[in-house]
Amino acid sequence: MLEVDQLVMSYGGFRAVDNCSLSVAEGSITGLIGPNGAGKTTLFNLVAGAFPPTSGRIRYLGEDITGLSTDRRFHLGLVRTFQIPHEFHRLTVMENLMMVPPHQAGEALLANWLTWGKVRRNEEEVHQRARETLAFLELEHVAEERAGNLSGGQKKLLELGRTMMTDARLVLLDEPAAGVNRTLLRKLEEKIAILNKERGYTFILIEHDMEMIEKLCHPVICMAEGRVLIEGDFATVRADERVLEAYLGETVGAPE
Amino acid sequence: MEWIGFANYAVYMAIFICIYALLSLGLNIQWGFTGLFNAGIAGFFAVGAYTSAVLTSPAADGRLGGFDLPFWVGWIGAMVAAALIAWPIGKICLRFRSDYLAIATIGVAEIIRLVIKSEDWLTNSARGITDIPRPLGDLPYTMSQLAYLAIVMAILLVVYLMVERQIASPWGRMMRAIRDNEDAARAMGKDVPYRRLEAFIFGSALMGLGGALFAHFNRSITPEAIDPMVATFLVWIMLILGGSGNNRGAILGVAVVWVIWSVSEIVTDQFPHEYAVKAKYLRIFLIGLMLQLVLRFRPEGLLPEASGERKPVGKTGN
Repeated sequence: MLEVDQLVMSYGGFRAVDNCSLSVAEGSITGLIGPNGAGKTTLFNLVAGAFPPTSGRIRYLGEDITGLSTDRRFHLGLVRTFQIPHEFHRLTVMENLMMVPPHQAGEALLANWLTWGKVRRNEEEVHQRARETLAFLELEHVAEERAGNLSGGQKKLLELGRTMMTDARLVLLDEPAAGVNRTLLRKLEEKIAILNKERGYTFILIEHDMEMIEKLCHPVICMAEGRVLIEGDFATVRADERVLEAYLGETVGAPE
Repeated sequence: MEWIGFANYAVYMAIFICIYALLSLGLNIQWGFTGLFNAGIAGFFAVGAYTSAVLTSPAADGRLGGFDLPFWVGWIGAMVAAALIAWPIGKICLRFRSDYLAIATIGVAEIIRLVIKSEDWLTNSARGITDIPRPLGDLPYTMSQLAYLAIVMAILLVVYLMVERQIASPWGRMMRAIRDNEDAARAMGKDVPYRRLEAFIFGSALMGLGGALFAHFNRSITPEAIDPMVATFLVWIMLILGGSGNNRGAILGVAVVWVIWSVSEIVTDQFPHEYAVKAKYLRIFLIGLMLQLVLRFRPEGLLPEASGERKPVGKTGN
């Protein structure tokens, strides 16, 4: 579904992503691990189209999307979340979700005057979908709260919720568990598994919580110094010497 | 002051409040809802004022036009011209982040002012354009003032309803999202540069309309009217004081600041001449002080942006 081919991203002399090649199969939950500074988030930014790579190509659903802007990639079902929550802080939680669906009737200038009925019907559908999403995430009680007032964990759930407001196919989750408490974390795992099974989302998951990686991800890719070190199932990757070395004394499995 | 003089003055102030409210609503679309720091309001105001002036004034030697067209053609023309000018400016400047956009728009407004001041054939330069017709301007003074007030109030009402409805629609939600977090809006599939351009043009068209209404009220327009102090920064103060992100706040801010601004002029004019000139600067100081106090004690303005769900068109009961 996604093929990354010899991708390079260099900032001056520093190569954050260095000749990185990997592919992700449709329907999988691929775990992306590696020590801090391994280039995981930079790779995500490149795949999502936040900035263009220095060199290399990205193919998605068989098409070269290297030159496509972020918003165009979104319309192809390639959706991302952010490591640091990027909620719309002055919008309510409900509005945060309702703004997501593409091609809404009311997004055209003056549509609210000229094609009022169409806008209203469309809004009702979107509202309904947002309510279902909130119910799924168990966030209904904060629907009318400003998103900026949510807790860190709730913001992470909201990030996930936004991906559910569109017909996503490949979802990039950047540390969904960081800063989330244990109970909420298990809930989050559950939600991701359900979305994968029932909606057929393909996930790539950057995470430092090894328990979560072990439970959800197959395969697991370990990156170090901007490159793929090893790919395989969790046990293999965990046992690999090079992985342990890359983490350099950091105990694998220790929470961040 | 004699009561009739007082009533006349109140009408005069109310007309100005309506005109400034259009500028403030235009800025609210750009800054309050979309986060665009337009510091060139005077430029769009001027484009609107001069466009309508050229279109509606009687033919004159030595400058473009006038075309002697009906006033409403001039007003629509003013909006269209301001929008047309805003388009290339937005195309170029909206790539900048907020503070750079501010610098760029100040520059653009200054360019517009200098063009108007120096291009004889287009604007009659420093002498300005006179004989701009005022609708119902042939009535006796008081009646004519009242009639014009009614017209600008009606226009303001229509514009206010239009902006409110636009902001309550999914378009407005999308704009506020872009304002709150541009990267996330882009990641959620919104074409951010295009949408910003829309808001910039929409707001600028209202500023152009404000300029046209001003020119017709004054029956003339000169480059002196395009003073960044009164046409740009005063509007910013009005919006911030009233509450950016809230259209009623934007209008309230205009009323409060304009009343202080003009009443303080009456007061300073009572001073002996040598002090009166100095006292004029005191008014600017007074407005600046007020802005400081608002920013310190009530940064969200008198009427803050509504939180919670707006009455959206499609609100379905829970």
